[in-house]
Amino acid sequence: MSADTPLDTSATPADTAPGEKADHTANPPVDGGELIRFDKVTKRFGDNTVLDGLDFRVDSGKHVTLIGPSGSGKTTILRLLMTLAKPDEGTITVAGERLHPAPEKQIREVRKKIGMVFQQFNLFPNMKVLRNITEAPVTVLGLSGDEAEARARELLEMVGLADKCDAYPSQLSGGQQQRVAIARALAMRPQVLLLDEVTSALDPELVTGVLDVLRDIAHTTDITMLCVTHEMNFARDISDQVLMFDSGHVIESGSPDRIFTDPEHERTREFLSAIL
Amino acid sequence: MNWDWGAVRDFMPHFWDGLLVTLQALALGSVISFALGLVWALLMRAPTRWVRWPVGVLTEFIRNTPLLVQLFFLFYVLPEWNITFSALTTGVVAIGLHYSTYTMQVYRAGIEGVPAGQWEAATALNLPLRRTWTAVILPQAIRRVVPALGNYVISMLKDTPMLMAITVLEMLGEARLYSQEHFQFTEPLTVIGVAFILISYPASLLLRALERRLVR
Repeated sequence: MSADTPLDTSATPADTAPGEKADHTANPPVDGGELIRFDKVTKRFGDNTVLDGLDFRVDSGKHVTLIGPSGSGKTTILRLLMTLAKPDEGTITVAGERLHPAPEKQIREVRKKIGMVFQQFNLFPNMKVLRNITEAPVTVLGLSGDEAEARARELLEMVGLADKCDAYPSQLSGGQQQRVAIARALAMRPQVLLLDEVTSALDPELVTGVLDVLRDIAHTTDITMLCVTHEMNFARDISDQVLMFDSGHVIESGSPDRIFTDPEHERTREFLSAIL
Repeated sequence: MNWDWGAVRDFMPHFWDGLLVTLQALALGSVISFALGLVWALLMRAPTRWVRWPVGVLTEFIRNTPLLVQLFFLFYVLPEWNITFSALTTGVVAIGLHYSTYTMQVYRAGIEGVPAGQWEAATALNLPLRRTWTAVILPQAIRRVVPALGNYVISMLKDTPMLMAITVLEMLGEARLYSQEHFQFTEPLTVIGVAFILISYPASLLLRALERRLVR
């Protein structure tokens, strides 16, 4: 196990008082350094060019929200970062290490820095909640069962589901499943958390609980967040930067206050008035 | 035609011998077909067509030729190449091999039925491919295919009399032997007919119950 592998288990539940800054990230990166970099990235699905020579940067510790009409390439960016899809052209770099193009071994290393929460939760239905969270820390990071379990219980506490350890995902509501999925992603102590429309599949009354958990994470950790969402109030609360996408290009970017109150671009105005 | 309870009584010891052989053939045939079918299904997902193509041709061939021909081939032709097994072993292998080409399709459907999101979650958590299969995909796939596999077990049960053709004394073999020696056909054939129903009907009820439990 290399020295930079997140194996620090000193943060047991007892160490972390409520409200104290919890360490859910492996190596808190120096603020302001460039963490994610897309260079001339093009992605096509058949004849449809979803991303067209996209250049894109995210500094570490920042919370960036991607907005735009569906099909504008927001989700594709997250999927490329998570290596669920491969770009047709261009390079992707994370923390100075190449993610694409790169040999499989290096992809596996770089991927450890990234966690993702999906629209449809994608919990493993054959495993209880606790094992959903401990599975990857044990098999990928090499944590002992006890260490992984302590970490999982701490995270379940944080998302307000400490009593659901032994439930199966099918016994939980959508909102609860999504909070487990957030805990599962954080258990790997990623530097970057990708959030792909994480409340779109939820009943309206369950959305708040999930967003509260994410707000808490955004405000109490150093984790870098890339967020695709239609929840504009949430985006406004947590974002340092909002990027407006249209047809595979960033057509406007800026602070949430400026984008939401005084958008420059006509397309942004149209989009915001349509969804607000 | 007179029903003779005496013949039934005389036949019963032979019936128990035959039942034991039938159940042995069924159990071992099932195990072979379940294991081999999974192997075929996984090989058909190999990245290279130099694996997929031969496996595809072999299994198509086995699936599309009659079990009886395969039994004769294994029993009469293999010994010419100095490969000899007992009749029962040959029969079990033939049944297991034949049905593995059906169970492989069941497994394939089960594996393809696991949502893409499960693969994506496994990738996002950086699980190694092997672990993704053993901890995430196969447990979900197999849960879905248990009822379909069960149906093939019942099918296999009804195909075990074919083993008689290669001298295995399973239930039908015992019945025929007894009939030819005593010129009494009705009683032994009726006994084994009833035995088949008594095994397969409760088995299919059990399967339906299992299906309700597993497929939720």
